[in-house]
Amino acid sequence: MRVLLKIKRFNPERDRAPYWAEYEVEVEPVDRVLDALEYVKWHLDGTLAFRRSCAHGICGSDAMLINGRNRLACKVLIKDLGSPITVEPMRGFPVIKDLVVDMEGFFAKYRAIKPYLINDELPPETERRQSPEERARFDDTTKCILCGACTTSCPSFWANGEYIGPAAIVNAHRFIFDSRDRGAAERLAILNTRLGVWRCRTIFNCVEACPRGIDVTRAIAEVKRALLFSGT
Amino acid sequence: MTTVHRYDAVIVGAGGAGLRAALEVARATPRVAVVSKLYPIRSHTGTAQGGIGAALGNMEEDHWEWHMFDTVKGSDYLADQDAVEIMCQEAIACVYELEHWGLPFDRTPEGKIAQRRFGGHTRNFGEAPVRRACHAADRTGHMILQTLYQQCLKHEVQFFNEFHVLDLLLEDNVCRGIVALSLADGELHVFHAKAVLFATGGFGRMYKVTSNARSLTGDGVAIALRRGIPLEDMEFFQFHPTGIYKLGILISEAARGEGGILRNRQGERFMERYAPTLLDLAPRDIISRCMYTEIREGRGIDGKDYLHLDLTHLGREVIEKKLPDITDFARTYLGIDPVREPIPVQPTAHYAMGGIPTDVHGRVIRDEKNTPVLGFYAAGECACVSVHGANRLGTNSLVDILVFGKLAGRHMADYLRGADFAPLPKDAEGPAREECQRLLTSNGAESVARLREILQREMMDKAAVFRTREGLEAMLTTLKELKDRYRRIRLQDKGKIFNTDLQEALELGYLLDLAEVTVVSALARRESRGAHYREDFPKRDDAQWLKHTLAYRINGEYELRYKPVVITRFQPVERKY
Repeated sequence: MRVLLKIKRFNPERDRAPYWAEYEVEVEPVDRVLDALEYVKWHLDGTLAFRRSCAHGICGSDAMLINGRNRLACKVLIKDLGSPITVEPMRGFPVIKDLVVDMEGFFAKYRAIKPYLINDELPPETERRQSPEERARFDDTTKCILCGACTTSCPSFWANGEYIGPAAIVNAHRFIFDSRDRGAAERLAILNTRLGVWRCRTIFNCVEACPRGIDVTRAIAEVKRALLFSGT
Repeated sequence: MTTVHRYDAVIVGAGGAGLRAALEVARATPRVAVVSKLYPIRSHTGTAQGGIGAALGNMEEDHWEWHMFDTVKGSDYLADQDAVEIMCQEAIACVYELEHWGLPFDRTPEGKIAQRRFGGHTRNFGEAPVRRACHAADRTGHMILQTLYQQCLKHEVQFFNEFHVLDLLLEDNVCRGIVALSLADGELHVFHAKAVLFATGGFGRMYKVTSNARSLTGDGVAIALRRGIPLEDMEFFQFHPTGIYKLGILISEAARGEGGILRNRQGERFMERYAPTLLDLAPRDIISRCMYTEIREGRGIDGKDYLHLDLTHLGREVIEKKLPDITDFARTYLGIDPVREPIPVQPTAHYAMGGIPTDVHGRVIRDEKNTPVLGFYAAGECACVSVHGANRLGTNSLVDILVFGKLAGRHMADYLRGADFAPLPKDAEGPAREECQRLLTSNGAESVARLREILQREMMDKAAVFRTREGLEAMLTTLKELKDRYRRIRLQDKGKIFNTDLQEALELGYLLDLAEVTVVSALARRESRGAHYREDFPKRDDAQWLKHTLAYRINGEYELRYKPVVITRFQPVERKY
């Protein structure tokens, strides 16, 4: 089938401002939007830039705004979108070229919440014990692939780019609720600021945007609750 | 303007092997840099699904000797047994280490690491399947990659993200660093180092149907070859039995570990005829061949080139809890609910057993006498230790990256203490700059996408699961033509910023070289062993061929030499499952 693909393009070496380019692409209904982008790159215009790698929703490279919603290009099928299809870079990050955005600020926020197990106790010779229930407590937030779809769908982040954002909070949650971790207080203190969890207005865009089906707003609410009951 | 960096150690690739090595080197020196063409958490380790094998014995009796036996037998006796022994022993400590670093393994009711069955892993030297694969649902690789990256952040390892390696600086058998292209601005960077480790992953993109990410183009392996390093056992490329039909996306062996069954068009569990003991959990090389045999004999679904993976008898709870990601893949890409319908599958190009030859310390070796190249290391899929021989067992890639990432890192750390910076070659970035310029200014009519498509289609047809002399010779001719046409490509993007047109051209160059070594090595090996099956030589021939291939490229011509297999505990016998 033929589909009209409208891509928001910008090459700082060439363009003064972003513009919409239109391409007619030949695709199958069960193809991914990624296949359509590759059709453009391989057959129509080799200058188009976008990130991709695993092409099945695990590596997190190809989050972008597709028909106005943050999606992974490799996880949304043409038949579910119809024609035309619009594709833009994620909002709120500086554009490097076309659909490629600078994610350094995003990763800086991830690093800020100390995304590693904090526990200085001498470990046993074998594994630390953890019950299946304790393990289940933080299962949902272990699924995060740091694609940026949640953070860049969040109106609170659009309003203030300094907001730490849902992805960083999700990753803090992953450790705060891990029975083996001892760093909850440190992380909660980092999040207990004007630009931390309290900037979340429970708008739920992040939940809709997450390609991994993480209940992001619920995770943020659990962090807020932990703060309220920790007395900090 | 070329920037020159100076680090004690430079690691190329930020998958499991690279990150694990970086952590080990970081204990000795803060001057370690990881250079990766992707953001680290985008690496392909993250897509590993089913589990990591280690004889913890948490669910039933198990021993590392049993793991070793299974690995050797799985390899069709081509693995070096001294290396396999180390791997299976060290696997246990490596898994506990990951747990101590926070990896969220699934748990048994007593709170231990949960384990499941996997292809080719047995108890008591082949009696029956054993639960050895330690797992975190069907996203074990994702958790390993995240955990290792988290530890690297904790230890402040320095990263150069989206830097594409272009060259290895090697003179007089001493490694001096690398040259890389920064994608963000198109500038070249020289990394002057005392030691370099390549952990650049595999090259499944040479085939049409593959589980491999777009980025798996064998960059490091091809660069090593071009710099005079031989490549070991390149004729052995694994096809995983269960790729999603046409897409190649992996459906983990864990699906069969949990009880899934392969069926043909008559609904028959055909593996009963081929592997009566292990059935659907026979090793991958065997099952992939059986699947193609079923298809050739007209028993594919609707007579087409795929079969069914049936999970419907497992029940919703098992499928959604233990295999959530693959369930999601089937629903997303096929519109199929595996709880109610079987999944259409076909073998998919998955893993390179061959690669850059190393010893058990990760040191790259340059000949059949195991002479090491000073300061050059390799680990993970790009390397060939050899622990996988002619066919890798499921879960052992994760074991390999952790154990040999760690051991290579440890040896590098020792080496750094006694080594100085060898001087950079004159005009260190010259060859890399010339290569980029040649591609950017080449003014022919050929398209990279078109040539790559032909390469992938022809390799799938002639150098995949079944091979013949005629097919391989025809493939060599095709490759010569493709390489000739490659010299006449034309790129549309001539810019500097994030030029993925240039990147794809570089990657195609690597794939063409590696396809050629694969075919040359396969043509020479006149026997069938593991993943290398010659229809014209269908038997294994230990008298002639119980040896490793070393393929050199000298002035554009290939020279093959051979190296003996290390056999310690298990004498080669016929392989039955």
